[in-house]
Amino acid sequence: MSLQYCADPSLLHGWQWLSCYLLTPKHQLFYTSFLVVFALLAITAPVVLLLGFAGAMAKRSSFLPLRWFGSIYTSMVRGVPDVIFFLFVPIALDQLVEYARHKIKCPDITAPVYQGSDFIVCAAAKMPTSNADAWVHQLWGFSLAVIAFSIVFGAFAANTIHGALQAVPHNQLETARAYGMSDSQVFRRVHLPQMWTYALPGLSNLWMILVKATPLLFLLGVEDIVYWARELGGAKTSYFEYPHPDWRLWYFLALLVFYLLLTWLSGKFFARLTDKFSVDKSRSKANSIKPTLIGIGR
Amino acid sequence: MNKILTTTLLAATMAATSAFADTVRLGTEGAYPPYNFVNDKGEIDGYERELGDKLCEIAKLECTWVKNDWDTIIPNLVSGNYDVIIAGMSITAERDETIDFSQEYYPADPSAFLALAGTKDDAVNGIVAAQTATVQASYVNESGATLVEFATPDETIAAVKNGEADAVLADDAYLKPFVEESGGELIFLGPKVQIGGGVGMGFRESDTELKAKFDAAIDMMKKDGSLNELIAKWFDGYQANY
Repeated sequence: MSLQYCADPSLLHGWQWLSCYLLTPKHQLFYTSFLVVFALLAITAPVVLLLGFAGAMAKRSSFLPLRWFGSIYTSMVRGVPDVIFFLFVPIALDQLVEYARHKIKCPDITAPVYQGSDFIVCAAAKMPTSNADAWVHQLWGFSLAVIAFSIVFGAFAANTIHGALQAVPHNQLETARAYGMSDSQVFRRVHLPQMWTYALPGLSNLWMILVKATPLLFLLGVEDIVYWARELGGAKTSYFEYPHPDWRLWYFLALLVFYLLLTWLSGKFFARLTDKFSVDKSRSKANSIKPTLIGIGR
Repeated sequence: MNKILTTTLLAATMAATSAFADTVRLGTEGAYPPYNFVNDKGEIDGYERELGDKLCEIAKLECTWVKNDWDTIIPNLVSGNYDVIIAGMSITAERDETIDFSQEYYPADPSAFLALAGTKDDAVNGIVAAQTATVQASYVNESGATLVEFATPDETIAAVKNGEADAVLADDAYLKPFVEESGGELIFLGPKVQIGGGVGMGFRESDTELKAKFDAAIDMMKKDGSLNELIAKWFDGYQANY
């Protein structure tokens, strides 16, 4: 997609130059990279919720080792700075996968995998293999990032959901039991539906943090919006078709507006959701951010 | 365009003949014109792009290009993300401890100081910006001037324009267009300094076979004079004597 008059950029001026400049294939890569951010959010958010549930259930389990696992998972991830985790997980995972593939696919090679500072696996064990297309490599890097994001935010979600499950008034659960409901019925009919009211403020907060953490993709070498903003914004000399001075300020300003819009829309969405999940509408409207005040049939 | 077509065709035929033909992955920074940069089409371009493609053709290797930030370009070679560094990297003894170098494919380029017009010559001993993990950064560090490091080369120039640093130290060839196109705003400061050796390709120390192939290919291009032509094309008519 490019306009007719863009053939020779050196002859262009003013808005014509700008319109051609903003439509270069390189800019189109920038625009598509916004999809990378949305894809990350769309995949990570449900996985985080699932992991959060699993983590919370593990923490509440009556089986001791599972309880330990839940506690270790949440406290370990919570106690490590995100950035360190994001740097560690993809590298560790990548090497782990390649090491395993090396052992399976090339059992004849006895040379050690770690030779000095080199990490050497056979060609067939490479992940992805070296003859794979560039997009496969990109996808693999992106998947590692998704896993890192899911593990970290899953732990936060587990804590939020665990706390919300604890926050449901105990006497309600007892009442439900008194009505003759089994444990699983109490959980499904009373405990879980009410849990949402307590979990939503925490989860919406987590969503905001997740949205704002997406530029960490850049740190992991994924070509996301930050990568292209920096790349396009840097000063360009006449080696380029469209030379320009340092414009990073404008590119980063555009990202700033994008993130503000995204979080603003998210805020509106969560306000509605909170409204929907609170059982006592009249009270929740007056006090929509204080879930502790929302009761049921008391 | 023609070149891209040939490489694609070459890649296609090779993929057809042997599905497991080893593709050599060439790693570069893509932010250091004229050595390497990402052009307006979003493709890797520059002296090293053309050279790398030519060398792969001579060595009968199938090659693809990978972009990687400069400050992690050596660790990611070592951990196997790509097989070759071809990114305007000077051959130094310190780097040679971690990786191996091919013979040089560009002679030692003098480094130059860039500053705002009107800056006094002693600014080279003031606050000097350089890209992280470059020979220039270690030179500034040892010279007694205050070093400020940046991840990408164009940030070093921005630092001088913002007044964050008094001068930039970088390869002369990289700085030249910035000075020429600044309309007198930017100047070269003081004499040029010779740091480090020539520019070579980086390999894992265990990859001796691949290194030998590229060394032989560079030899061929030096003998038939095509390397000199390529250098003259990208470096403003500069005459190298290979």
